Amino acid sequence: MNDYAIQTRHLTRYFGRKRVVYDLNLSVPRGSVFGFLGRNGSGKTTTLRMVLGLIAPSWGSSTILDHDSQNLPSDVRARIGYLAEGHPVHGWMRVQDARAYQSSFFPKWNNRLFNSVLDFFRVDPKTRARNMSRGERAGLCLAMTLAPEPDLLILDDPAIGLDPVARRSLLESMVLATRKTDRTIIFSSHLLADIERMADHIAVLDYSILRAQCSLETFRSCVQQFVLRFDEKPPQLPPLRGLIQCIVRGNQLRLTLVNVTQETRSALESMRPISIDAAPISLEDAFVSYLGGSIESTASQEISESFEPIGGVK
Amino acid sequence: MPIEISITTGSPQPIYRQIADQVCRAIARGQLVAGEQMPSVRALAELLVINPNTVARTYADLIREGVLEAQKGKGVFVASRRTVYTKAERLRRLDATLEALVSEGIHLGFSAEELREALERKLRQWVEPIEKGATPR
Repeated sequence: MNDYAIQTRHLTRYFGRKRVVYDLNLSVPRGSVFGFLGRNGSGKTTTLRMVLGLIAPSWGSSTILDHDSQNLPSDVRARIGYLAEGHPVHGWMRVQDARAYQSSFFPKWNNRLFNSVLDFFRVDPKTRARNMSRGERAGLCLAMTLAPEPDLLILDDPAIGLDPVARRSLLESMVLATRKTDRTIIFSSHLLADIERMADHIAVLDYSILRAQCSLETFRSCVQQFVLRFDEKPPQLPPLRGLIQCIVRGNQLRLTLVNVTQETRSALESMRPISIDAAPISLEDAFVSYLGGSIESTASQEISESFEPIGGVK
Repeated sequence: MPIEISITTGSPQPIYRQIADQVCRAIARGQLVAGEQMPSVRALAELLVINPNTVARTYADLIREGVLEAQKGKGVFVASRRTVYTKAERLRRLDATLEALVSEGIHLGFSAEELREALERKLRQWVEPIEKGATPR
C-alpha cells in the first residue's frame, strides 16, 4: 500500500484531435481532502473518469487504491464512492427504491449516515427523484455515495447548481465524511470558499495541463503580493522571475509574484522604492492572478510542494 | 462559557489564523480562562463546517506557542501562563504591532496626541476590567 490513493503517470487523453488532458502526473495523498481546481473545460471530469477506469487514456496510466484504473476488480470498485457531475438519479425512484437499489451493490451500508445526509438536505422520502429540487437530488445522490462507507470519495463538482443552503448541507456532509480519518476525498469545484473550508491539498488544471499541485497552505504562501511606493511615477520593471500580475496606480506599484526568492527581493529593492509592503491576498485573488490576468507566460511558474516546476509544458 | 468563534472565507487571513486570533483575543479579554477546556477538534470542525485538519493545525500552533495545552486523553485546555517567549521575543512582537499601529494612525491623519489618547482609551477598556476580574464589555 503506498501513500497515495490516486496516482497518474503521463496521463493523456485526446478526443479526436482535441487535447483534453496532457501528460498529467497527479498524486492524491491518502487521507487528504483534495480540491481539484480549474476552469470549465480544463480536463477535470475527463481526468476523474480515466482514474475511475470509465474511459481509457490515449496514453499514460493511473492507479487508484493501488490498482490499475483500467483493470479494477469489483471489490476495489466497491471501496470507491463516485458522485458524477450533475447529480444523476433514476427519475422514477423514491428514497426507498434508491436505498434498495444502491445498497445491493455494496458489501457495506451505513443507514445512519444515509439518513443524516438526507436530513441535511431535507429530502422528502415520498417524492420521486424526477420531482425533487436540485438540492434534494444532490442530497439523495450524496447519501447514496456516502452510505457504502467508501475509502475513497470522488465528487465531481458536487456544488454545481446548488443554492447557498444546499451548498452548506453539502459541506456539512463532507465534514461528516471525514470522520473516518483514513478516507480520501477528492472533489472538483469552482467555489474557492468551499475549497478554503474543506481542502488541505489542491491541484490546478489549466487548458489540460497541471499547473500546481501542493498543500493549500503552500499555494497561499507561494502567491504573494507586494505594494511598492515611489516618490514619482514608478520606474520600468526589471526582469522579475515569477511575476504574474502588475498594476500601476499613481506612484504605487502592486505586484503579484509566485515563488518569491531572495533574488526577487533584491530586484524589487533595486527599483529604489520608498517602501515595500507585503499585501496579504485572499485565496480567490491568488487563484485568479495565477490563472488569469497574467502579463507574461506563466506556464513556467508552477507550484509544487518542492517549489520545482512540475509537469511538462510543450 | 463556550467560546464564540466565527470564520470568514475569502479573507486574506487563512482560516487557521482566524481561529487562533479569536482564541487569543478571548483569552486577553478574559472570556476564556486558564484551565478551561476547548471544544474537541471534531466538534469545532463540525460547528464551523471546515476541514478538521485546519482546527488541528490551529490547536497545534497554539499549543506550541504555549496558549493552549494538551492533556493526554482529556483534551485541549487553556494554558495557565504563557512562558514560551523570551523577553526579547515578546518585545520584538510588541514592536512589530506598534509599528503597524503607528504607521496606520499617521496614514489616517491622526496626531501623536490623538493616538496616545486612543491607546489610553483601549487600555482602559481592556486592562482595567480584567484587573478587576470582570469580563470587558
